[in-house]
Formats: sequence, C-alpha cells, structure tokens
Amino acid sequence: MKDALGAVQSVLVLGGTSEIALATCHEIVKQRGARVVLAARKPEVLDAAAADLRAAGASAVDAVAFDATDFASHEQFVASVWDRFGDIDLVLVAFGVLGDQAVSEADAAAALEVVQTNFTGVVSVTVPVVARLKAQGHGSLVLLSTVAAERARKSNYVYGSSKAGADAFYQGLGDSLVGTGVHVMIVRPGFVHTKMTAGMEAAPMSVTPDVVADAIVKGLKSGSEIVWVPMQLRAVMSGLRHMPRMVFRRLKI
Amino acid sequence: MPKNEGTKNEGTKNEGTRNEGTESELLSGWGRTAPTRATVTEPERLDDVVRVVTDAGPRGVIARGLGRSYGDAAQNAGGAVLRLTSMDRVLHLDVEKGVCTVEAGVSLDTLMRALIPLGWFPTVVPGTRYVTVGGGIASDIHGKFRLGSFCDYVDRMQLVTPARGVMTVGPDQEADAFWATAGGMGLTGVVTEATMRLSPVETALVTADTERARDVDDCMARMLDSDDRYRYSVAWIDCTATGAALGRSVLTRGNHTRLDELGAKQKLRAREFAPRALAALPPSLPPGLINPLSVRAFNEMWFRKAPREKRDEIQTLTQFFHPLDGVLGWNSIYGPRGFVQYQYVVPYGAEAVVRETLERLSAARCASFLAVLKRFEHASGGPLGFPIHGWTLALDVPVGSSGLDGLLDGLDDVVVEAGGRVYLTKDSRLRPELLRAMYPELDRWRETRAALDPNHALRSDMDRRLDLSGGTQ
Repeated sequence: MKDALGAVQSVLVLGGTSEIALATCHEIVKQRGARVVLAARKPEVLDAAAADLRAAGASAVDAVAFDATDFASHEQFVASVWDRFGDIDLVLVAFGVLGDQAVSEADAAAALEVVQTNFTGVVSVTVPVVARLKAQGHGSLVLLSTVAAERARKSNYVYGSSKAGADAFYQGLGDSLVGTGVHVMIVRPGFVHTKMTAGMEAAPMSVTPDVVADAIVKGLKSGSEIVWVPMQLRAVMSGLRHMPRMVFRRLKI
Repeated sequence: MPKNEGTKNEGTKNEGTRNEGTESELLSGWGRTAPTRATVTEPERLDDVVRVVTDAGPRGVIARGLGRSYGDAAQNAGGAVLRLTSMDRVLHLDVEKGVCTVEAGVSLDTLMRALIPLGWFPTVVPGTRYVTVGGGIASDIHGKFRLGSFCDYVDRMQLVTPARGVMTVGPDQEADAFWATAGGMGLTGVVTEATMRLSPVETALVTADTERARDVDDCMARMLDSDDRYRYSVAWIDCTATGAALGRSVLTRGNHTRLDELGAKQKLRAREFAPRALAALPPSLPPGLINPLSVRAFNEMWFRKAPREKRDEIQTLTQFFHPLDGVLGWNSIYGPRGFVQYQYVVPYGAEAVVRETLERLSAARCASFLAVLKRFEHASGGPLGFPIHGWTLALDVPVGSSGLDGLLDGLDDVVVEAGGRVYLTKDSRLRPELLRAMYPELDRWRETRAALDPNHALRSDMDRRLDLSGGTQ
C-alpha cells in the first residue's frame, strides 16, 4: 500500500530497461525497500539493473518477459503479474521507441513500429492494467510521455504523434478514474540524456534521468496529474503550442 | 435518542455509485491521506454483519465507525467495509450499577448525551466524542485518563468472527479473543455489541487547574509531582519554542466537578449536557493554511492566552475534553493533501526522547500545530494495545512539509531504541519492519487472530501496509 507520505511498497515497470524508470525505482527503494517487478522483452538483460536495485535497498526484484507489440499477450501478461505478485502500488509505463524520422517518412513499416509501440502498445496493456488497479481499489499509474507530445514538430512528428496519442489517452483515463482510488500521472520530460538520445544534440533545458526520477517521486507524493521536467518547460510548451503555425513551422526544432 | 450527529462529520471523500444497500466509496482516515475505494455496507442487524463477514470476497472486509482513526485502519481497498454507525442503539442501561450494553455503532456523543443527565460517564473518552464504541475497542483508546484504557471497562462484547461465528467474549470468557480484539484494529472480528462499566459523575462539568510550564523538563516534573491529585491530565506543548524555552507548555488537569462545588442555581442544571457544534469547515480548503508562520502565530497566541496559573476553574466537559468537536470537519484545515498524526509512548526513564523529539522538530523547522503530552500509569491488556507505563506525545503535521518522511523515520528509531511504540490508530506511514520491535507480543496476537480468521477474511489497508496479520502480501 502507498502510505500517507506517498511511499509505495510495490512497483511494476513496463519497459524495464528504461533508464528513467530504473532511476525512479532507485529513488523509491533507497528510502524504503520496495518490491520491484521489471518487465522487458528480454528480461535476461536486466540482471545488472536488478542487482543494482537490490543493492540500493529493494526488498525483492523480479524480471519478467513483456513484449509491447505482442498485443494478444497483454491480458495474460497482466493477469500473471497480479497472480504472482499481488497488489501493485505503482505501475510505470516506460517503454517506447524514438524511431528514425527520415526512415519512417519513407517506410510505412518503420513508422508503424513507432506508433504500435508508443501508442497501440500502451493502450493495449493499459486496459487490463487499469482493470486490475480498479479491482484492487488503489494504485498509481504513471505514463512516461514527452514534451514532444504537446505539439508535433516537422523534425519528429511520427514519434511526437505516437506519444501524443498515448498522452491524450492518459488524460482522459485519469479523469475517468477519479473516485476509484486509482491515480493517473503523466510525466512530460524535455530532452533527457539516455541511450535513446545518445549522439543527438541536446536541446535546451536538457536533464538527466535522475532529475526526471526525482520529479516523478515528488509527483507521486503530491498526487500530481501532470509533471513537466524541468518545470519551466510547461511555460515554454504553452508558448509553443499557441504559436501560429506559420511561425512554428519555420522554427529549427 | 438523539440521532448520531457524527455521521455528518465523517472522514470520507464521498465519490461513489450506489446499488442495492451497498455503495462504492472512496474512503480515507481522519488525516485524509491515501484514499482507497471499497464497497460499503451499512448493516441493520447482526444477521447482516454475519452475512457480509461470511461472504467476504478475496479482498476481505473490515468494520468502520465514524472514520476518526487517522490513517488507513478502517478502509479496505477493493474489498468490503461494514459501516457500523447504522447499528447505534442503546440496548440496556442499569442506572443503579452503571452498566450499559450498546450496539457497536453507538457514538460516545450519543452515549454521553444519554448517560450524563443520569449521572454516568463513559469511563474513558478520547479527544473527540465522534468515535463509536466499536472503534474505541479496536483502538483501545485512552484519552486524558491515565489509569486505564477503554477495554479495561468493557465486560463483554459480541464478536462476529469468520471461523467461530458469533462469539461472546470478555476478560473472563474467551479472554484471548477479547484481548486480541482490544486494540486489535478490527482484524479479529467485527464487534457488534459491548457491555461497558460506567463511572459515576455528579455534574456535567470539570474543575480544572491550568498552569504554564517554562520548558519541557518543568512540565514533566509538574506532571510527575502532582498528577495524582487529578483524574485527567494533559499538557499542550509549544513546539515552535526553542533554546531555553524548548517545550514550554500549558498544563491542564482536572476532576469531575462535585455538586457541593456549585452554587444553588448552578446545581439545578449541573448535569445538563447538550453540546452544539459552533461551526463547520468546508470539506475542501486550499493547501498551505497550516504553515510554519501560522503555526508559530497560533502557538504563541495559545501560550500567551493561557493563564500563568488558574485554580478550580469550572469548565464544561466539551471545553475540557473536546474543544475541537465545536468545529465540524476541522481536519480540512490541513488542505487537500491532509495531515499525519504521529503519536508514540516511551517508558518512564526515557524522558530524553521527548526532549529530543522537540529538538529535532525545531531543527527541521517542522512545527506541529498541536503537540500534546500525556502520561500512562497503566498498560493495555491487549497484545496490540498502545498504552504502556510512560510518556505519550502526539503531533499533527501537514503532509507536504519537506523532509517529513525522514524526520518521522528517524524518530521511530529513537522510540524503538527507548522501548517505545507508535500508536497504530494514528499511524499512516510506519516502516513495517519496526512493528515487532514496537509490539513484542505481535506473534501471540497473530496466533489468536489466525484461530479466529484462518482464511484472512478480515483485512484493511493498514493490515496490507504493515502486514499486521503476517503473510498478507
């Protein structure tokens, strides 16, 4: 159970290799040992991360197989997690791919892979997760979104639109779950230095996964619904969102 | 019988849907933290309780009264909650002997209104009248009375258990089940009736002495020195004071007023007891009303308004015991994020822990709006009961104060080290691994509990969070 000060006792990470998710788990377990379940396509690659979390104070870490684009498996996957581990206090939806915009523009299969992972996959696994959370009457469901979901840019609109779909789904979901005991939080980081963005030129106000993790834990404690990282991006994105398209399309972003 | 006013004053966030006799509701404790959803049933009769306990699904059932426990003791995420306030009849009253049998959903408010004009008083009353008898038993509540807690004055109760059906338990029959239920947080069964021994009172008044103490040592010395002249004793501590004034306090102690202390005219209305709520706070107030500045101002005012010394002041029972009951829904003053109440007891000899607590609070600039120091000269008979001989300190702190989790975790360690414990009824954030050190008889309690409920039908969020029953996760 989550306690009065927002500490959780069990965490399920969908996308267990996500550096932001692992940093978040680290932050959570270092204060109070919690049970962590990491779900990834190849759970065997999680050994080091699991050992790390155990050393940081996790009471137990398990790695399970989960394929975001194998939609047919999701119902069964979610059932098996709950059957095996019991109540989950925090579900962190952290999987996603950036894709290559240029390739996606030329190859529908590449574009579809981005959309099916970041949007369809999120929807597909979220539906059974929400059923479990509603049945247990409590829990937090956190989506790692992005500022790019706020307004699609010409330089990465495939990724941006896929994340925008998931972000919008979670906005509606959060409102629909008020009163059920389930809390939904959307996290919108800006540029984060991870292996996903390695080699890219960092955008202004870039942050590390630790900074995002810290914001997520704070958001859980205060029951936030949308968390911007860093906070100033909320104002920046508000400006960009309302910018006339004539101007927006000329921006080199 | 006056209808139970306390229900209006429930610690509930009410957003739910209704279908036949049950309602899906978001429930939280009085601290308004960590709300969860449960299916609430309001039983009318014993049969209803038996049915809900027997039919409890995999997420179990827990009883709830007026929602005055601060944390998650009376909520059950995804499961069933029996709101016993619908069973609120006084079944029998022996005016000669001062013994009454009531349904567990009767509030102390109802009981006091009925009993005081007849010259009887529920022996132990906590800091609010808006608690039920069932809740009083589940918490083995203590109040300002040093010499016993609630269950010491319970002769018998009717307990609905999953394994042994409807039981009658008392200190002289099924004593293990009785004492496991005393302070057992509702996890041994659902109490449906109780027979209580009352204390005689001549008036509805308290003769109180108030004095100021210059620091915490002075306060404790005064309490040790002269508490035995009073039935009730409590010290309010200004925890914003620092340095030489650390723990400056206002000590209030009193006895039930005797008739011969009153003039002829006062005597006529001596046992009149009909308190009214003076005000009600709206259910949602903005965050941040309780902040270091407002707390400092309040504490300064409270200390200065108290007389340096005042003897034999005649106060009403409400003034003395339940000043906050005048404001319905006062808990919303802490804003949407709610607050944590932290209460511990440490044995005599561990006075330094109280001083250290105040030092840590002031160093962390984490001022408690209300800090209350009391003494116990008895120990609860329940393995999970809170009182032991010693000093008990209670603090109210808004959620959102930075570093609050670390501060309280640190205090827990000091309390455990000193052989003390935190009060489960107030708890909403303890580390489960400290439970056994704080409650050394935990395993004995678990054994009794398991015999009454082997399949673990009785469950609460607190049980899940602290693993009270053992093996719940």
